[in-house]
Amino acid sequence: MRLKLTRDLIRDELITRVQDLSGQSLLQCYQCGKCSAGCPVVHEMDIVPSEVIRLLQLGQLDEALDSKTIWICASCLQCASRCPKGVEFSSICDALRQIVLRKRMATPRVDADDVSAIMVSDAPQMGVVGALRKLNG
Amino acid sequence: MKIPYYPGCTLHERARDFDVSARECAKALGVELEELPIWTCCGAVFPLVTDSVMDILAGVRNLEYASRIGDKLVTLCSFCYNVLKRTNRVMRDDLEKREKANLFLRADTAAREEVESYTKTDYTGQVEVLHYIEMLRDVVGFDELRKKVENGLGGLNVAPYYGCMLLRPKKEMEFDDPEQPTVFEDLLATLGCDIVDFPMKTECCGGFQIVNDEELAVMCSQNVVSSAIKRNADVIVTTCPLCRYNLDKKQEEMIERVRGFRRIPVIYFTQLLGLALGIDEEHIDFSDNYVDPRPVLAEKSLL
Repeated sequence: MRLKLTRDLIRDELITRVQDLSGQSLLQCYQCGKCSAGCPVVHEMDIVPSEVIRLLQLGQLDEALDSKTIWICASCLQCASRCPKGVEFSSICDALRQIVLRKRMATPRVDADDVSAIMVSDAPQMGVVGALRKLNG
Repeated sequence: MKIPYYPGCTLHERARDFDVSARECAKALGVELEELPIWTCCGAVFPLVTDSVMDILAGVRNLEYASRIGDKLVTLCSFCYNVLKRTNRVMRDDLEKREKANLFLRADTAAREEVESYTKTDYTGQVEVLHYIEMLRDVVGFDELRKKVENGLGGLNVAPYYGCMLLRPKKEMEFDDPEQPTVFEDLLATLGCDIVDFPMKTECCGGFQIVNDEELAVMCSQNVVSSAIKRNADVIVTTCPLCRYNLDKKQEEMIERVRGFRRIPVIYFTQLLGLALGIDEEHIDFSDNYVDPRPVLAEKSLL
């Protein structure tokens, strides 16, 4: 992957927005990789959690927003619980999702109409409500 | 003794067996779970972004309803417990959000009309949110519980599955150690069970991702289930209806994915508690379990 690093990108106001929304300081992360090692869905991710944080440190917000990663996190908080620096990747993930979902005319990841009838009649309500709140906005 | 109780949507519908068994067990232990006269969905997931007041309002309303009838609130579902406890902490510690949320509460005319005793006092996080297991440990007491056990569950290998929501984030949930929790084991030991320790007991079951990416969630659940099976568990015990669904019902798909997959029943801890306390089987109700636990329970002479 080729990255163009510029001061403007690194200090982009949207990167500050990620920090504000998530309540996390991106520069706290020293890339030990414990979040990625403990994540139960990491093998399905295109960019692993510690890499997402690194990209954000380098101002590459679009890479992070376009990743599959942010949509398959189940907010289990394993990463947050194991981080030696107290960085909660799960919160960063939520912030990235919100940045996408709050855009005008955003396409939600899960549309209420797309939830299968089987799921609605079979799964616990908390699952359907949780998915819609996390992935629909 | 009466304690305010918040069942939550799922326990009112898809997890009736969890709700009914919990109420019956509490009754047998001298505790009456007093369901809140009005309650709504808690929102199911706690918002992890910092700027959202609207997303915590559902939880705040329920906590405020609870504050009208008592100083504690017991809940069973791990998601509700997580949301209510974290929301309560926001109301206690974050003065700005507290003020905003209370402005919403004051505008909540429906609430004012429905409950006469509404006093318009601000909600400041004064209710103590308890999980049913904490109630058993701190209000009833495990020693007292041990005295009431009629049928010890010796010989039954039980794998306690905590999942995520009870434990994390540790500094807010203050429930138990997020990596090596023991309270569930302590409870099961009180009931006489043989405890199966398995490495995936705090691993995620896939949670709400079952709605978005079923295969992903089934894979997570399969890791948990297989881990318990490898350690020779007879049953997996859980506190969360979504974990129960993912671990139990989705074994339907695990059978197709894994050759020679052995099924294992997944039950609520209150169902096991009910067995130990000698509650009628109709109140324990195993009919909703996808993998029927009755054969293995009968084999161990527990039914």
